Amino acid sequence: MSSFKRDKKEEEDTGGNPYQNLDKTIILQEARYFNETPVNPRKCSHILSKILYLLNQGEKLTTQEATDAFFATTKLFQSKDVMLRRMVYLCIKELSKLAQDVIIVTSSLTKDMTGKEDLYRAAAIRALCSITDSTMLQAIERYMKQAIVDKNPAVSSAALVSALHLSSTAPDLVKRWANEAQEGINSDNAMVSYHALGLVAATRRNDKLSTVKLVTRLAKSPIKSPYALCLLIRLAAQLVEEDDSDASQPYIEFIECCLRHKSEMVIYEAAHAIVNLRKCARDLAPAVSVLQLFCGSSKASLRLAGARTLARLTAKHPAAVAACAVDLENLISDPNRSVATLAVTTLLATGAESSIDRLMKQISSFVSEISDEFKIVVVKAIRRLCTKFPRKHQSLAAFLAGMLRDEGGLEYKAAIADAIIALVEENPDAKETGLAHLCEFIEDCEHTTLAVRILHLLGREGPKSRQPSRYIRFIYNRVILESGPVRAAAVSAVAQFGAQRPELLPNIKVLLSRCELDDEDEVRDRAILYNAILETGDPQLINDYIINIQKPNPVLLERALRDHNEAQPEARFDIMAIPTEEEKQAKEDIVEVEVRKPVQASIEEIYSEQLAKIPGIEKLGPLFKTVPHIDLTEPETEYRVRLLKHIYARHLVLQFECINTLNDQILEQVHVRLEPPQDFEIRTIVPCQKLVYDKPDSVFIVLEYPSAYYDSLGTFGATLEFVVHDCDPNTGVPDSGEGYADSYPLEEFEMGCADQLRAKAGLDDWEQAWDRAERAPEATDTFVLPQNDINEAAKAVCEHLGLPKAAISGDAVKEIRGGGIFRGGAPVLVRARIASSSAGVTMKLAARSPREDLAQLLLAAVG
Amino acid sequence: MVHKKIAMEGSLFEPTLYIVKGMCILDNDGNRILAKYYDPNTLTTAKEQKAFEKNLFNKTHRANAEIIMLDGFTCVYKNNVDLYFYVMGSSHENELILQSVLNALYESVSILLRRNVEKRIILDNLDAVMLAFDEICDGGVILDSDPTSIVSRTALRTEDVPLGEQTVAQVLINLMNNNY
Repeated sequence: MSSFKRDKKEEEDTGGNPYQNLDKTIILQEARYFNETPVNPRKCSHILSKILYLLNQGEKLTTQEATDAFFATTKLFQSKDVMLRRMVYLCIKELSKLAQDVIIVTSSLTKDMTGKEDLYRAAAIRALCSITDSTMLQAIERYMKQAIVDKNPAVSSAALVSALHLSSTAPDLVKRWANEAQEGINSDNAMVSYHALGLVAATRRNDKLSTVKLVTRLAKSPIKSPYALCLLIRLAAQLVEEDDSDASQPYIEFIECCLRHKSEMVIYEAAHAIVNLRKCARDLAPAVSVLQLFCGSSKASLRLAGARTLARLTAKHPAAVAACAVDLENLISDPNRSVATLAVTTLLATGAESSIDRLMKQISSFVSEISDEFKIVVVKAIRRLCTKFPRKHQSLAAFLAGMLRDEGGLEYKAAIADAIIALVEENPDAKETGLAHLCEFIEDCEHTTLAVRILHLLGREGPKSRQPSRYIRFIYNRVILESGPVRAAAVSAVAQFGAQRPELLPNIKVLLSRCELDDEDEVRDRAILYNAILETGDPQLINDYIINIQKPNPVLLERALRDHNEAQPEARFDIMAIPTEEEKQAKEDIVEVEVRKPVQASIEEIYSEQLAKIPGIEKLGPLFKTVPHIDLTEPETEYRVRLLKHIYARHLVLQFECINTLNDQILEQVHVRLEPPQDFEIRTIVPCQKLVYDKPDSVFIVLEYPSAYYDSLGTFGATLEFVVHDCDPNTGVPDSGEGYADSYPLEEFEMGCADQLRAKAGLDDWEQAWDRAERAPEATDTFVLPQNDINEAAKAVCEHLGLPKAAISGDAVKEIRGGGIFRGGAPVLVRARIASSSAGVTMKLAARSPREDLAQLLLAAVG
Repeated sequence: MVHKKIAMEGSLFEPTLYIVKGMCILDNDGNRILAKYYDPNTLTTAKEQKAFEKNLFNKTHRANAEIIMLDGFTCVYKNNVDLYFYVMGSSHENELILQSVLNALYESVSILLRRNVEKRIILDNLDAVMLAFDEICDGGVILDSDPTSIVSRTALRTEDVPLGEQTVAQVLINLMNNNY
């Protein structure tokens, strides 16, 4: 009996599936059947679907196998069976990626595409376009144009969509079909109108003016297709976003109008656009009430859409979202956990302090069920709460610690650790508890990177706490129990305690000397280094090498090291010449539900690629600094030129980024005639050979600075010189005949002090540094400033010196404290006191630097 | 290139036709019956795709919640007896458009299988379902979302379909074919 049951079950499992255990070679054998005449359409169709099934399951065919199968398949064009023909097209599309000589079927497909059978035509067009390359495209262009305006919507849609795919490889050709596509927008068929709009918008993507025209025209016309309307809303929203003037008002009105459409898809699209526009719509209420309605829908995707968009709105308009509190409350117990999570986090963000405990309890009931991604959303919401309601830190930290103990991936754990770290940094009251939670966490942490980060934090914050010794136990446990990288981090952390708490120093030295016997090189090296530095007892040394270590930008450091090895491997490498890691100014935006942020590369990193093209650039040494671009032309002129100044220790590289905005011209031999101030010497000019329409390219000029720092300020004049060739605006092919030389004046630009200085605002230890530099040469002077307001005056001075605004302090008497490193590596400190008197605003400026001429230069820059 | 605007697509939806990142049908063990992925940048190898499907199935087969955010995708799904239908879009996409594609997929398969949406039946009609996939989405662009028109375009062997399930157009085509 039992065996009978099992048989039946097995039969159910395998017998029912004709596709189980398919063998590649057998099926390819079966494909030979296609050569017979006449064929049985059903049998062939079955074999084709087996081939497709295999491909779909990820089976790999060799090129030979694919080509054989492909050619066998082409034999089936003899059959008139509709279904079989469609399967043949499908096979052609799939196999064309793997097989050779696929263009052999072009004529068969062209025949089907222009034939009488409508069911063939649409699919034949799509199959044909998937195997055609841009050279063959010319041949079928006429048919494509006809197909786009075909009466049959399926044919028209197929042609439009295929054209869209082709536009990525042959944009110019597809552009010529724009007129036909335009007609399609007004089609009665919803999909044709959608596809036509999509194609037209794609061909005009880089042409803002005609996009404006398109959207303006269509916003007034009655488009029926919901999909097309969604796309139009997106286009309109994009225009509003790019245009800050009032001209965008009609688009906003159009989007608002769409809120009253009958399709939910369109309503949501419009509400989403309004909520996310950077420029605030006059009235959010209609959009919010639509989203509110969505929250009460029976469909989960509508509820998610509503809750997600409201969650996004909390950052900008918490009041508008707070009005929806009742609807969101209802979603807390939603069966879809994503919806529930969003509801709770949104309520947390908008709610009052009193409701927090209740909501936290609610979340903890289902936090284990939701995916890691949403757990991170919860963690971020809690992190915001910590900032908003510092008094609640106790319960919030306890909750985070609880989550930290649960199972979870690295990203999730890292988010929690981040939240606790933020809590520790922002809220002094929470420091002790937060650090205690983190200590407990690293006792049992499998993620090396996370443990290293936490140890680093303990090293930074621990010594400042009331009872530093209790952290040392946790840290030293790591030295005994963990892997190499963690042990090394622990050693660094321990050293911090020794450096900052003299009373612990003897104990720390004992611990460090134990680490000197470690198996791992890095751990041993660090222990020995720190022990030696602590042994000296020199406060300056301890500060520079343990407490405040300068960290160079890793990307630039790598590049500099490589250049160094190529150019002069014998010389000493100066690590101080590498730009240091910049402090992150903007607080990370933690409001976003999902973050889609491009990786922020520093300006030096972006351009170092381009600079590598200049011959001999590696001889200039490491790049000191890149000054953000300035425009040398008016914004709407024929040629646009922007200037970037790359500063090296003794050299200056000027990069003129040129854009040719005329599509009927090609510029050749583009170079810049420069009139530098006295004593600057031009070393190399790298002209740009060819500048085509809308493709930026650069002219580089390498100059050597005058030997005296004092002479390095001045004004440069520049003229752009080039040879113009006229060309065909569509194809970009130049007309025959000689071009003519022309020139274009550029605006003058300055080489200032700020350009050559890597400045930073005075930190806590500025005063000590200033005192230490007492013996260094000092230059002082008193100035009368033209500004009437001391705030403005202070800002202007900061700008001249390249200091951040954070350097300004004081009220009645403004004091600016800052310092920096000049190109070449000489440090400089500067102090300015600004006060208003009856005569106007006066400033006393003092600069100290080991190089006296440098201090002088700073004064000259302001004067 | 440096001139490119990076900040623009902050939070608005992108104006593009390439909306669908993938569609798949899995059985009740999470095995793939059919799957297509359209984004040339994500999930390009079969291995990645299967890993994603496994993860997706584990997260969805118990909770019948219609929609889930996973691995940077918004996935809408629906199940019937022993089949799971999924449509994937970017995490930054109009959920309702994706929902409409899922409806089109499910409904057209349902018509093709004469309302018997089961694994055994779908395997018997795999060729028609493959054609339906091809008619719903072409390289990530939604080609059609109306189930009846999709079914009529998949060139179903019309004599197989009971008269009640056929569209007027299909009946006409049939009649004309018979008259020839």
